[in-house]
Amino acid sequence: MKAEPLLEIKNLHVSIGEKEIIKGLHLTINHGEIHAIFGPNGSGKTTLLNALMGFSGYEITGEILFRGKKMTRLPINERAEMGIGMSFQRPPAIRGLQLRKLIEASTERNGDLIEKYAKALNLIDFLNREVNVGFSGGEIKRAELLQLLIQDPDLILLDEPESGVDIDNIVLIGEYTNQLLGRRVERGKRKTMKEQHREKLKSGLIITHTGHILEYIDADIGHILMEGRFACQANPREMFRTLKECGFNECYRCFRKEEAHG
Amino acid sequence: MVKSKTTQTGDLDLSVYREEAAEHPQLDDLSQISPEDQKVLLMTGVDPMGKERSGSFFQKDHSVIHCTANFEGAEIMSASEARKKYHGLTEYWGKAVPVDKDIYTKRAEEHQEHGYYVRSLPGAQVYYPLQACLYLTEDRLAQDVHNIIIAEEGSSLNLITGCATAPGVRSGLHVGVSEFYVKKGATVSFTMIHNWAEEMAVRPRSAVIVEEGGKFISNYVCLVPARDLQMYPTAILKGKGAVATFNSVLLAKPGSYMDVGSRVILQQEGCRAEIIARTVSTGGTIISRGHLRGEHRGIKAHLECKGLLLSDTGVIHAIPELEGTTSDLEMSHEAAVGKIAQEEVEYLMARGLSEQEATALIIKGFLSLDIVGLPPSLKKDLEHLIEQTEEEAL
Repeated sequence: MKAEPLLEIKNLHVSIGEKEIIKGLHLTINHGEIHAIFGPNGSGKTTLLNALMGFSGYEITGEILFRGKKMTRLPINERAEMGIGMSFQRPPAIRGLQLRKLIEASTERNGDLIEKYAKALNLIDFLNREVNVGFSGGEIKRAELLQLLIQDPDLILLDEPESGVDIDNIVLIGEYTNQLLGRRVERGKRKTMKEQHREKLKSGLIITHTGHILEYIDADIGHILMEGRFACQANPREMFRTLKECGFNECYRCFRKEEAHG
Repeated sequence: MVKSKTTQTGDLDLSVYREEAAEHPQLDDLSQISPEDQKVLLMTGVDPMGKERSGSFFQKDHSVIHCTANFEGAEIMSASEARKKYHGLTEYWGKAVPVDKDIYTKRAEEHQEHGYYVRSLPGAQVYYPLQACLYLTEDRLAQDVHNIIIAEEGSSLNLITGCATAPGVRSGLHVGVSEFYVKKGATVSFTMIHNWAEEMAVRPRSAVIVEEGGKFISNYVCLVPARDLQMYPTAILKGKGAVATFNSVLLAKPGSYMDVGSRVILQQEGCRAEIIARTVSTGGTIISRGHLRGEHRGIKAHLECKGLLLSDTGVIHAIPELEGTTSDLEMSHEAAVGKIAQEEVEYLMARGLSEQEATALIIKGFLSLDIVGLPPSLKKDLEHLIEQTEEEAL
């Protein structure tokens, strides 16, 4: 028997006001798969993630199923509780709320874990700072990762994890995004690596404009999003290579040609 | 009654309040007060055990029932007693707040029942705060106090004042004249916490004189508001390099009317001032004022009024005023009134918090001013206090 997909999107349409941004999208993410979505600016990448998370301001038709359960109308926090977590590209700053307090309020997991991951992500001093207030691009991304590592979701939505991040940070962010996705298993434990792998493996949906994050994370399936539709599905590394050489112009050419042929 | 917004007006009918109160017996120790009263005191930052305090003053209605000083460098006593001891305190009494300023200052002069006198001796560093509590336990009673606070040259003083009504009291009048004298190079950190019954009328009348190199820091917290509160403390920076900071945190519930401002007059070279007010209305009215007057070249001052309006029946009216009387000065203000940003709520919800939990955390953050000049332990107490009061309020 085939296992139930983790996330299923069926004929999803998303509009902001009168404007339709996502125009009939289908996607299935199975347990343990990492999907990467490439797309030019304005193609609807962030809208897709925001609609999956349930943010306000979007008109949605179609179906979103998580572990077979319809979640199209569920409030954001219930989606989070079901096991969906998101790293924001530009999260809001919250005055007067310390990062530590936010993490403690949103989890019942013990405090040692917060210290452990904060230390690993060079964020110890940031635990007592106000959430995202005066954080640099890299600091924001590391703080998002810290929150997700504690939250430990089964499906991780990453919105441009490499944007605004310098080279030193991107290595660290890549490393801990792998940890978050359950890609880092250690040898020599009681359980075999395969067993550990099966237990820890998480699923991911990564949105990337530049694709650089894929130098650090092994995505399984790549998609090109153009004008609210998936234009192409392929090996993400090959996609990234082609995009590096030709940019999205080549995608547009292909997209137009296929559209013309119906 | 329609109240004018441009200036503070709206005189109360003072005839409805009782003038006479029963005498209360003296207490050797603050810990002897009833557990219910102790609970109220704790909510105003006053520690009944006097732990980590340099001295305590406790006035119940019209009686001073307890007063102790535990630190050689500081004096704390009834203002009436101090007048007897120090030739009427003529140098100070009515010099910062004129007796005939308004009907409340006149009333305080005619009816004065104690109030406290606090003084730090020259050069004394009073690390642990002194605490004073003005407590009302009888319904419809008027309490009129006059406080004098003096920080002598080079000294530093930390004072916590808690004003509150006892459980069961619904209405009453509290009039408090406070005169602060911060002398050369001295620092005063003054934290006032109000915790009122719903029908209370409250009229503090405060002024601060700061001499050369002196520093005055005021933290005002009112999360359990009265029906009618009006105050506009004023600091006059008289000496070179004098500094004043006013931080206020206010919460207005339905039925409460708070007209609260802070004013700083910068008169000398190098003077600096900062006024920060954070206000939240869940249905009451808040007029959040601020006034900076720069009278000397090169002064710097900033004013910030931020309001969160959580109900359609509430009103927040921010009135920041900047007044310069000479060229080459730097004054600015920032005012904002609005609701909680949806984006912030949804961000926290994405971490698994419910909408209510997210909203409460954001409000908590909004009100948690970084209160400066306090010992860390007290700062922690105060944060806890803000959290507690808010949980009850929301």
